[in-house]
Amino acid sequence: MPEDVINVLLVGVGGQGTILAGRVLSRAALSLGGEVKVSDIHGMAQRGGSVVTQVRFGPRVFAPVMAPGTADFMVAFEKLEARRWLPYLRADGWLIVNDQELPPLPVLTGAATYPEDLVGEMGRLVKHTLALDALDLARRAGNVKAVNMVLMGALARRLPISRAAWEAALASSVPGRFLEVNKKAFQLGWEEGA
Amino acid sequence: MQELLIGNHALARGAWEAGLRVAAAYPGTPSTEIIEALARYPEVYAEWAPNEKVALEVAIGAAIGGARSLAAMKHVGVNVAADPLMTLAYTGVNAGLVLVSADDPGLFSSQNEQDNRFYARMAQIPCLEPADSQEVKDMTKLAFDLGEKFDTPVMLRLTTRIAHSYSPVESGERREIPLRDYVKQPAKYVMLPVFGKARHRVVEERRQKLLAYAETTSLNRVEWADRRVGVITAGIAYQYVKEALPGVSVLKLGLTYPLPEKLVRGFVNAVETCYVVEELEPFIEDQLRALGLAVTGKELVPRVDELSSIIVARTVGAQVANLDPGLVDPDLAAAALAGTAPTAGPMTGTERPATPALSETEAAGDLAAREAAPALAQRAIDARTKDAGSEPVKEAAATAVPADLPGRPPLMCPGCPHRGVFYVLKKLRLVVAGDIGCYTLGATPPLQAMDTCICMGASLGVAMGLEKARGAEFARRVVGVIGDSTFLHSGMTGLLDMVYNGGTGTLIILDNSTTAMTGHQDHPGTGYTAAHQPAPKADLEQIARGLGVRRVQVVDSYDLEAVERAIQEETAAREPSVIIARQPCALLKKEKEAVYTVDPEACLACRYCLDLGCPALSFNGEQAVIDLVQCNGCGLCARVCPAEAIRKAGEEDA
Repeated sequence: MPEDVINVLLVGVGGQGTILAGRVLSRAALSLGGEVKVSDIHGMAQRGGSVVTQVRFGPRVFAPVMAPGTADFMVAFEKLEARRWLPYLRADGWLIVNDQELPPLPVLTGAATYPEDLVGEMGRLVKHTLALDALDLARRAGNVKAVNMVLMGALARRLPISRAAWEAALASSVPGRFLEVNKKAFQLGWEEGA
Repeated sequence: MQELLIGNHALARGAWEAGLRVAAAYPGTPSTEIIEALARYPEVYAEWAPNEKVALEVAIGAAIGGARSLAAMKHVGVNVAADPLMTLAYTGVNAGLVLVSADDPGLFSSQNEQDNRFYARMAQIPCLEPADSQEVKDMTKLAFDLGEKFDTPVMLRLTTRIAHSYSPVESGERREIPLRDYVKQPAKYVMLPVFGKARHRVVEERRQKLLAYAETTSLNRVEWADRRVGVITAGIAYQYVKEALPGVSVLKLGLTYPLPEKLVRGFVNAVETCYVVEELEPFIEDQLRALGLAVTGKELVPRVDELSSIIVARTVGAQVANLDPGLVDPDLAAAALAGTAPTAGPMTGTERPATPALSETEAAGDLAAREAAPALAQRAIDARTKDAGSEPVKEAAATAVPADLPGRPPLMCPGCPHRGVFYVLKKLRLVVAGDIGCYTLGATPPLQAMDTCICMGASLGVAMGLEKARGAEFARRVVGVIGDSTFLHSGMTGLLDMVYNGGTGTLIILDNSTTAMTGHQDHPGTGYTAAHQPAPKADLEQIARGLGVRRVQVVDSYDLEAVERAIQEETAAREPSVIIARQPCALLKKEKEAVYTVDPEACLACRYCLDLGCPALSFNGEQAVIDLVQCNGCGLCARVCPAEAIRKAGEEDA
């Protein structure tokens, strides 16, 4: 059990599976025996909007949401969302970012442009950055929708949670027929995160 | 010419003189006579709506449409209309809108005695309280001007005694107020979260401006007499105070929300003892106490039942008489002392229970806690400073998000069946009275095909109000849109209103066969219960026909030609019509359709397909590109492509 509260911020785009990833992480964190608090913060769209899940765990957790500048880890499912929520990350925190672009509507329609070199810029702003092509890894695992578990695998490397706890959390959160693909995606993320 | 009118008729007269064009109500004592009187004026469109919510929505549509409008209801009616009211306070109005709340202290014909001034405070809108029929008429006229000046609905609160008592009224001429222009302003009238958030700030700024107005308006006036005793009062209670306590100084509030802080403070400070006399709840009194002013009110004046002169004499009068019997009306004082008058309830005069005092130990503890507080705060600051020296303080990675970072607004999903309907509505440049659900996103770019969104179920009431304000020809250009779940929630009454009251509008029910926005819950139209047990399935066509709509069409939401044809036919029809645009929610599809691809040779780079706002469609510079992962195979893009460059995968060479 960590002495302090560990704050993990999961950011992405509606439809990417951030909420399911947050559920797996929080179930795994429960194995530590302390408190876990989770907040899903999303807007009015089923899909396409900015989605944030905050997971906090430790011996004692009060507020279900963290303050800006206090996230120990930010797992970003999409680069632009990583930049949008970066102020939540500690300067010496870990940014795990899926090197994937999902252009928002203003970009699709030509009203705005997608910023260039976001990963490079963020790498200069935070101490630790791990960028990975989670979409490709998910494809290799057998399903493009498994991006979320690739990212959880990369995060798992850096958290004091046992592999057994992660696997139990996966099994209890994912329907049986998708379990093998998700386990494989998690493993690929774990290896990539080394 | 002076004549004796009940308050309700004075109100109707005042509204007519003020250029009222549209009024709606559901009958309810003591408000009923207002619409009955207004319906006799040829210049005014007055209707009975199926309920108070629809009545207010019709008034809202008319006000946004540029016509002075009014909705009248009894106090409990405002409970039914509270949903549109709270958001109307955010949107504000175009032409003035008066909401009449006729409260019923004493429950002459009601199930409770609620004090609706709290609604005005909750909505942060001005509350006017007249004290006789002449004031009813004057305040009604003023309410329209006030509403237009501050861009706010105004609550005119009557009570049974005002609404149904006759007193002299000087009648005047009608002032014809030209129809204000109708301008599409989604940021003001479509209360998506992003717009609503901005409007809440406007509401707060408006409250501040209204506060400044409250300080100087003649609606609030001081009537100086003996300065040893002051009474703050409003509405009918003012009359009881003037009768029972002829010798005291009175601050009469005509505008009871927002309360003028300087004026009341000045008055309380200028008198030796200050009482608050108001009917029902301590609405004014609590606000005075919150300002730190020492006043006496509900310790004496009952909170239950209707107020009267004798109750004022028995309560405040008994106190004041100790100081100087001359301050109290002698007849009432005698009656009060004799105890011959009927009492209002148990909470009068000396019968009230004593205020429980803090015990000595409790008081000591309380004092110690208050004295200790600053020391505790300082210790916390010291501890934090010390920590900062010994441990690294958590520092944020980046203090600000770049201002030019593209936003990520919520949007309709790839394959969403609503997208094509909004595409057609935009193409036809129709005025769209919208509703709450996924389809509210039809208001956002690039579709931007929505003019209003007030609350769940409001679309058709607002469309009806727009028609009644601007005429049937304008109605040819207006449609209401609503989802299947929302239609069953509270849209049916709006449709019923349009049929009953001779509207000619068109309602498009965007039927995706679920409650999509909240995550695909069942509803009476899906045929399943919350526990997913089979249930009788409500039939939207039959409901529409049952409500009296003769023109009901069902179209395939993806068939843009059919959608356009139906909309053109039904908006042209001079009777109410319903189009049910039906396709299940894209997220409910179990099997994915074949995706669409762009033939690079054929693409003209015209960008017409981007007007759909489909997240699967973008431009790589020279031509359209479809993201095969996101594409849902709905085929709308192929239908809007003038070059036929977008084809179903596998049919590229067709």
